[in-house]
Amino acid sequence: MTTTAVSEETTETGRIPALLRSNTVWTLAVLVALFALFAVLKPAEFATTFNIRNVATDSAILLVLAVGMTFVIVTAGIDLSVGSVLVFSGVVAAKTMVALGGTTAGWGGIALGALAGMGSGLGWGLVNGLLVTKARIPPLIATLGSLGVALGLAQVITGGSDVNRIPAKLANAIGYGLVAGVPWLVIIAVLIAVVFGLLLALTRFGRHTYAIGSNAEAARRVGIKVDRHLIKVYALSGLLSGVAGVLSLAHYTTTTIASHTSDNLSAIAAVVIGGASLFGGVGTVAGTVIGVLIPGVLRNGLIILGAQRFWLDVAVGAVLVVAVFFDQLRRRARERR
Amino acid sequence: MTEPLLEARGVTRRFGHVQALRGAAFTAYAGEVVALIGDNGAGKSTLVKTLAGALRPDGGEILLDGRPVHLTDPVDAQRLGIETVYQDLALAHDLDAAANLFLGREPTRFSFLHVLDRGVMQRRAAEAFDELGIRLPDMSAPVRQLSGGQRQCVAVARAVAWASRVVFMDEPTAALGVVQRKQVLDLIRRVRDRGVTVVLISHNMPEVLAVADRVEVLRLGRRVARFTAADTSVEQLVSAMTGGLDQEGAA
Repeated sequence: MTTTAVSEETTETGRIPALLRSNTVWTLAVLVALFALFAVLKPAEFATTFNIRNVATDSAILLVLAVGMTFVIVTAGIDLSVGSVLVFSGVVAAKTMVALGGTTAGWGGIALGALAGMGSGLGWGLVNGLLVTKARIPPLIATLGSLGVALGLAQVITGGSDVNRIPAKLANAIGYGLVAGVPWLVIIAVLIAVVFGLLLALTRFGRHTYAIGSNAEAARRVGIKVDRHLIKVYALSGLLSGVAGVLSLAHYTTTTIASHTSDNLSAIAAVVIGGASLFGGVGTVAGTVIGVLIPGVLRNGLIILGAQRFWLDVAVGAVLVVAVFFDQLRRRARERR
Repeated sequence: MTEPLLEARGVTRRFGHVQALRGAAFTAYAGEVVALIGDNGAGKSTLVKTLAGALRPDGGEILLDGRPVHLTDPVDAQRLGIETVYQDLALAHDLDAAANLFLGREPTRFSFLHVLDRGVMQRRAAEAFDELGIRLPDMSAPVRQLSGGQRQCVAVARAVAWASRVVFMDEPTAALGVVQRKQVLDLIRRVRDRGVTVVLISHNMPEVLAVADRVEVLRLGRRVARFTAADTSVEQLVSAMTGGLDQEGAA
């Protein structure tokens, strides 16, 4: 992943300066340092396959959300609805699976349920996209609205109590299953990050995403269909929230309606720690992967060190602010050149 | 004189209660630099936008090579070889010079995947800059990191790279220092020498006379005078702009 982000900014001339200029390299260094610190302090507990697998699994669902969020933030937008859309999609998927057999449902029912969940996510994404482009509602407000509506509707559908008769096959395979020691959840999240990371870094779709975030009016004048592109970007974020909803369902074997209120902020924090600018035009999926892992490793390491649970939020919040502060310093220094 | 390359006849355009263009005319010939001047509110920007496809006129006609054309958006104009350097440059500041040169027209590989062909973009961008004598300190830097003059050069190079017929330049030197200003004026001459017509919109009279072959003057939404730059003084231009001279009579 890191290599794609670096080649993004590399040309024949100046391979090394471009490498040092890259945000991704610096944030990766922070992640490695953090990892090394905990590994030295608590080698027996922290640096084990078991623990690393835990960190990766815990980060997988957030990564799926954060990949979609990266595209949205690169267009200078924001999507506050990801956590609610995750819940809504999970509820639709769960209800479908329950209707098709519940805990004993076969793969057919599971597939239909998953498709229903992902479809719901896509639908919410399209709604967000249309609100932002056609109704001209600022992304912050549009997605704040769908945050409320999606979560409310999820509770209307379920009567406020979680749906938990999830197919055992889904939980055992996708939820807990391993392939060569790697959880399915992690494999799916990494595949999504790779595919969409390449889409953002290497394709015309990705280039237009950066162009719109840099200067939407300029993009319009060269003939880029800005509204249509933005709708696609919000739809992608919605779709990935739907995917995350299905993954969450598989992992927790329940809809976890009440547990996703801060997913949006966690995803935004990951994207920003990963070097993206909320002003748009800057950001990579590789950076986001690191931005998901830094708080993940930090939380895990602090728990192992025996820190009180409440201190974890303090640490993650501080890391976010410090990361952005240093990023600003480097940016300013570069621009004065 | 030969056939005009691009011509506007009797163009009208109203914004609410403001009649910005009242039967404006404009003529550009092949391979010349023609300046379009006028006081604030004379309708220069409106006229240029209609000729570049960014605004649709209420009435009148636009002819390219003597044939009427209907421009519904800037892409229509671009297809006909007409490009515009906007006053705000319209660059994507987080992308590098090559990416900006190809913005919206990126060459891609593996057809349906639309993977950017970076090699082709870098090479052709380097050629385009070379051809215009533009030197950038770092081709891979986002244009945000370039100076004002360098950014102007990128915007001009982009327009020139795609324009086969006409380039409109809206106040291309307005925000520049003395050295950069000279750079851009030289660039305008080099573009003309490649056979592309340059339409220069400017407030700066000495500059207009220095670089343009001809000057057309707008006042209150109409063309009021045409001059050959070589035998015209700043006083004559100012007089036409402010109403002391009207060669074309009331419409």
